Amino acid sequence: MLSYFFRRFGQAIFVILAMIVLVFFGVNVVGDPIWMLISPEMDQQAIAATAAALGLDKPIGEQFFFFIKGLFQGDLGRSFVHGEPAILLILGRMGATMELAIAALLMAIIIGLPLGMYAGLHPDRRASRTIMAGSILGFSLPTFWVGLMLIMIFSVMIGWLPASGRGPTDTVLGIQTSLLSLEGWRHIALPALNLALLKISLMIRLARSGTREAMSMDYVKFARAKGLKESVIIRVHILKNILIPIVTVLGLEFGSLVAFSVVTETIFSWPGMGKLLLEAIQRLDRPVIVAYVMVVVVLFVFINLIIDILYSVLDPRVRLTEAKA
Amino acid sequence: MGLVDPPGRIVSGSIKLGGKELVGLDDQGMRAIRGKEISMIFQDPMMTLNPVLRIDTQMIEAIDAHEKTSKKAALARAQQALEKVGIPAAADRLKAYPHQFSGGMRQRVAIAIALLNNPSLIIADEPTTALDVTIQSQILAKMQELCADSGTALIWITHDLTVVAGLAHRVAVMYAGRLVETGFVDDVLDHPLHPYTRGLLRSLPSEGIPGQPLEQIPGMTPSLGRLPPGCAFAPRCRNATEICHRSSPEGTVFPNQRLARCHHPFDSVAQPVGLTER
Ligand code: SF4
Repeated sequence: MLSYFFRRFGQAIFVILAMIVLVFFGVNVVGDPIWMLISPEMDQQAIAATAAALGLDKPIGEQFFFFIKGLFQGDLGRSFVHGEPAILLILGRMGATMELAIAALLMAIIIGLPLGMYAGLHPDRRASRTIMAGSILGFSLPTFWVGLMLIMIFSVMIGWLPASGRGPTDTVLGIQTSLLSLEGWRHIALPALNLALLKISLMIRLARSGTREAMSMDYVKFARAKGLKESVIIRVHILKNILIPIVTVLGLEFGSLVAFSVVTETIFSWPGMGKLLLEAIQRLDRPVIVAYVMVVVVLFVFINLIIDILYSVLDPRVRLTEAKA
Repeated sequence: MGLVDPPGRIVSGSIKLGGKELVGLDDQGMRAIRGKEISMIFQDPMMTLNPVLRIDTQMIEAIDAHEKTSKKAALARAQQALEKVGIPAAADRLKAYPHQFSGGMRQRVAIAIALLNNPSLIIADEPTTALDVTIQSQILAKMQELCADSGTALIWITHDLTVVAGLAHRVAVMYAGRLVETGFVDDVLDHPLHPYTRGLLRSLPSEGIPGQPLEQIPGMTPSLGRLPPGCAFAPRCRNATEICHRSSPEGTVFPNQRLARCHHPFDSVAQPVGLTER
């Protein structure tokens, strides 16, 4: 277990380093950040002073060296635009994104899993065909379009749900959340649904194929021969088996939800990491972009670890091999 | 048992258990019988136990499905059942997962599950084919002993005629989904009435002359969807005549509770089968 842990850790470090190099120099290729920061009425001297203050007057190689040096002291640099430490900016926004991702993931499980299992149990019913057709739609419709449609229908035409923002937040254990008030739920409903749509479709497919496979297994027949009720067979025997692949996929999907909710956050003006990233890219705010990438990589590594642990909880066969190794 | 996957179904006939008709029973009624009155053991012990559930879970749910008992009582019964089928350290093994058992042990667990509710009948579908020979005979002996103890009837589905000879009282030979011959095991094996039974017996290595190729039944079993109009065995039968191809033979009753479905059965006395006949 320990050696496995170190291997993972080493991989993560390598990925982070590679990403830093790419992003750091990549941003410079796009343009010199300094031109985004100055205002037209600044004179040459003021520009030079700004550049010097941000360390942008030095050659790129030297800038990189300073950045790495700061990294070892736990300093990811300050945002050019906001003047705050980049990492704090991101962590400050992370809560909102996490909340959105969790809400979307829950939706995927609550809606997708039962639908998929139903379709797997009764593949020939018309309802199942409808579900499957719906999931194809969910896969192929572009997120931004669905987001706009959701706003059109639910906010503009029916006027049930707010189209933008996060609503009022409460602070619990130092974390801001909007999940404690009805108003907060109303605000998160649309963006979460938009984000979840793809995952619901994915979930339906996974649950369906898993269920169909499990249904054909001898242990299901044996369970029937034991005289178990069909509901028990589905809940205990089938569900437990299909959860194994589902957990893996969902875990990774959660990572991508957090990291790439950019589109949804932009459409619904959700004040999360994705929106921050977009602004940072527009303004070539290099420290924020780099910090963002690092956070995402760390997040993925962390999620992978959790998946592996969950995996061994769900699948006893994994536990055994782990103990032997 | 009503476990056949669609499109399979019961076309005709009657199944009676202790005088109770089972054909046409609704789902509820059938479920109450499964695992309680009739238990099943399947062919591949690697597949019949759910890999992600502990043995005790899988055993207790079989008890729970039919009666209300405390968890403790159920657990005690599960442990007893495991001990009965000869699993060492049963109390510890209850907490184990299927992959921690060998094939033979898993089949023992499956048998223990089948025995849990003291059924009146156990149907075993080639339960030893996936196991190696030594384990096979152990399981066989165990089953025989357990059924004799509890007075449980056993239907043993198999290709292995030596198993039949050692295990069964009565034997029913089936071909292409139909019963072709039944009778007491000695009668049927020593003096088969049906050409198919005879063909089976002749293809046993012990029946052949050393050095000679084994006798075979020519051809292949027909697909159940496309059976010939007459006797299903006719295309492969040496005794087939014109009538065999035309009409399906009815069951004919013979002395000593025997039945054969054939237009030209061997006369059981005049035509003994075996080495002497050659
Ligand atoms: S009915 Fe005819 S074809 Fe069928 S087994 Fe008897 S002899 Fe052979």
